[in-house]
Amino acid sequence: MKEMILEYIKNEYLDEEEAEDTKLDENTPLISSGIIDSFSMVSLKRFLEKKYVISIPDEEATPQAFDTVTSILVLVNRHLAKKGA
Amino acid sequence: MAVDYEQLRRDITWDVAEQELGYVEGAPLNLGYLCVDRHVERGLGDRLALIHEGHGGDIRQFTYRDLQQLSNGWAHVLRGSIFIRQLDRVCLFLDKVPELYIGFLGILKTGAVVEPLFSAFGEDALVARMLDSKVTAIITQKRHLGKVRKARERLPDLKTIIVIDHDEEGRKLREGEVEYRMMDHRDDRFQVASTYAESPSVLHYTSGTTGAPKGAMHVHGSVFAQYLTSKVVLDITDHDIYWCTADPGWVTGTSYGIIGPWALGATQVVLDAGFSSDRWYETIEKHRVTVWYTAPTAIRMLMKDGVEPVKRRNMTSLRHMCSVGEPLNPEAVRWGHEAFGLWFHDTFWQTETGSIMVTNLPGMPVKPGSMGRPFPALTATVVEPKTGQPITEPGRVGLIAIKPPWPSMMRTYWNNTATYYSKFLNGWYICGDQASIDSEGYFWFCGRDDDVINTAGHLVGPFEIESALLEHPAVAESAAIGKPDPVNMEVVKAFVALRPGFTASVDLELDIMNYVRKKLSPLAMPQEIEFVNKVPKTRSGKILRRVLKAKELGQPIGDVSTMDDE
Repeated sequence: MKEMILEYIKNEYLDEEEAEDTKLDENTPLISSGIIDSFSMVSLKRFLEKKYVISIPDEEATPQAFDTVTSILVLVNRHLAKKGA
Repeated sequence: MAVDYEQLRRDITWDVAEQELGYVEGAPLNLGYLCVDRHVERGLGDRLALIHEGHGGDIRQFTYRDLQQLSNGWAHVLRGSIFIRQLDRVCLFLDKVPELYIGFLGILKTGAVVEPLFSAFGEDALVARMLDSKVTAIITQKRHLGKVRKARERLPDLKTIIVIDHDEEGRKLREGEVEYRMMDHRDDRFQVASTYAESPSVLHYTSGTTGAPKGAMHVHGSVFAQYLTSKVVLDITDHDIYWCTADPGWVTGTSYGIIGPWALGATQVVLDAGFSSDRWYETIEKHRVTVWYTAPTAIRMLMKDGVEPVKRRNMTSLRHMCSVGEPLNPEAVRWGHEAFGLWFHDTFWQTETGSIMVTNLPGMPVKPGSMGRPFPALTATVVEPKTGQPITEPGRVGLIAIKPPWPSMMRTYWNNTATYYSKFLNGWYICGDQASIDSEGYFWFCGRDDDVINTAGHLVGPFEIESALLEHPAVAESAAIGKPDPVNMEVVKAFVALRPGFTASVDLELDIMNYVRKKLSPLAMPQEIEFVNKVPKTRSGKILRRVLKAKELGQPIGDVSTMDDE
């Protein structure tokens, strides 16, 4: 899951040349560093909901929750667990 | 103490700004000089001008002398090595780095016209603006170089790309690309270009309902309005630590994020980091911010976290707060008072006006939800849409109108004089917003008079979005409207009819969203797409956005006799 999300961010939010220059791992700040802004976050949220067939309420889609792939994984896993419960 | 508005009308005139800035009618006037060199010549060179904090927490400080020397460095290289001449257009396409703020001043010192571009713009948005203004040079950074290179293929007039952070290990620069490290170039002297009050200075593009974005052309003399409104409305003095959260890619970020506060000799804070409430409060606390100018969308995002995070911080330095970009709802005004013990003072103006037009003034009772009253040096009213006659009846809705001229009004739209003249009616400049005026002279915003979408305080043109949507291989017809949103006021909603062979799906919706985001900007990306069989149009082919908007809002759709129902 981690690799897939990282790959999606790299492909969708960094252009080709930017991707070459940017070190991107699960702890890279995404929102606070400006790689993803609050508007683009909407499309990332939509991707996660589609990919993992979950629904993330708007109040949980905060800049903090989306700031790293690690924090995104926490959010997604919580909703997957809820779904499975 | 409550202010006497009528007394302010008598006391506050543009002449006051001219006198305080030492301007003599007909003498040369240059924004770069006024914002920097003037302070150094007054013996204030060691005063802190800029406190810059990057997203990693690194802090850099610049005095007015630093600004003078570094802006001279910029001006020398632009004039001497890049061969920029007076009136050439030079773009800034940068994150909120110090080079953006200081480069802005350097460009103005050469007499060239500075065209700031929002750093999240996509390739098509860049091309539309740079092609129209025939930009000669652009200053950018590594992370945006890829977009600029792609755009360059469609920009025959673009001669030079200046990269501020090129490193030897990185990608090689190509022909027409040069490296410039600002901190390595300081000059005590530069022969500032002989510009005058009416010389072009800043070109800001803004969106309309139809056609491509239009370039609002401003002049060096705009400083009289930006100086006076910064002093009277934002209440900035040369002892203040002031934080304007706007990006200089938009007019607030230049009029009140560069020109006004630096003309006054204040210290500015710039935070180059994405939004988080904790980081914002930390910024106010750490840098002892005294005056804060922000936007309703940001305030509503802060509200989501409640007042507790504010109470945990020491915010006692704050003494004045203002807001701009869209109407500030009464709940946000009241929340601000609960959280900070201060009122947010709403201000109204636009790219074309260059400075604050209608506002809540310090000391004036704040009516939560009201835009306030006209800036005292101006005459503003609401007029009948057809005749331009002022409406005298309290509470009746009309179009907000300003009596020209004022120092910071745009002088024209670049390459589009006809549209510029269409903004005037019966001797008034028509802003395109609807409002009413109550019996005490306070303005109350009612909505836009056109289809332009106001999202997070930024105007987005539906035509641009619809055009981008039509370039997607699956899209046959498209329409875009502003959908009400509790945080951003409006977000873009698109209606799309698909080409044969394509089927509506979540995958396709996401693909179209990202397509528009990359072509234009994240602001223009539809946050919702509704797939329809056809987009409602008139028989002459004009998209009936009002029908879509009325349906979206659950309102009557009105007269549809012109609709093509084939």
